[in-house]
Amino acid sequence: MTDIQMPDQLWTQPAINDAALGVSADVEQIQRIRIPAAVRYDYVPGLATTRFLRGLANKEILGERCQTTGEVYVPPRGVSPIDGLPTVEQVKLPHTGSVSTFCVVHIAFGTNAPPTPFCTALVLLDGAAVSVYGPIQEIDYDKVRIGMRVEAVWVEDDQLDTSFENIKWWRPIDEPDVDPELLKGHM
Amino acid sequence: MGEPLELLSAPLVIEYPFNRTTGPVIGAFLTGLRDQRVVGIEGDDRRVVCPPVEYDPHTGSPLTDLVAVGTEGVVQTWAWVETVREGQPLQQPHALALILLDGADTAMLHVVDCGSPDALSTGDRVRIRWAEERSGSICDIECFERVGGEQ
Repeated sequence: MTDIQMPDQLWTQPAINDAALGVSADVEQIQRIRIPAAVRYDYVPGLATTRFLRGLANKEILGERCQTTGEVYVPPRGVSPIDGLPTVEQVKLPHTGSVSTFCVVHIAFGTNAPPTPFCTALVLLDGAAVSVYGPIQEIDYDKVRIGMRVEAVWVEDDQLDTSFENIKWWRPIDEPDVDPELLKGHM
Repeated sequence: MGEPLELLSAPLVIEYPFNRTTGPVIGAFLTGLRDQRVVGIEGDDRRVVCPPVEYDPHTGSPLTDLVAVGTEGVVQTWAWVETVREGQPLQQPHALALILLDGADTAMLHVVDCGSPDALSTGDRVRIRWAEERSGSICDIECFERVGGEQ
């Protein structure tokens, strides 16, 4: 085995005497190992998110309204981030919204990722105060813009589950863009 | 809202697929295991450290001389694992033991398959049971088993 060459000024590790291994020089020695580490949780989303996910199984996007400001939060967390009080009114949101910001993905990960490059976006649903996240499809990635109007594309009815992945992606609809100024503060 | 709601629950796995380089010393140790050999490394005080380390535990100087050690050894101390968790080397209850291999001066941690805690004592001789398929991993040692001990 030869010295491992490190850049000048860094330490080098001396060659080792591996005669005790009893392997011939042409045997490929182990140089890398895979050591995956995993933590496994049972995730319990809580009451508010459970309400939201059960709605999705019925193709409903359910937000919850702040008692003080009247703003609708989606996904709901059960309390208003403004006044800290419980959100007690459930609001059925439309399946349309506006792109409030987006990002072009060149290195994808995950099993359901579309071919790269593609856009992921935050979509401000009509009537909501905050945006939801999802991929944009059915349009070239470089045509996506802030203010673009989109609608949810759902999985087939027989594949509906209590999951946000019920919405496969968002696609453009034939409506004029929204003024980006109106989307500020709603990401 | 208002009616009782059955809370959802779902598995959530966060996994890091670490892929690390072994360096020449650990690499040689794992290469040896693949070939059913165990090597340690000679320290500055001529003591044999097994599994081998890259630097002397006392002086910190780089170590270079690998030394073959035995595939049998002595249990120095051990703990019984009654409840086996996912990812552990054996799927049945087993001992986690520090084992001083013949020819080594430091003990290595591994598992002993001996059926029950009554079957194992400190000082028992154990030997390596090799995995049938070996890839250059500490799991190439499937476990240790007692020498001459009926289970």
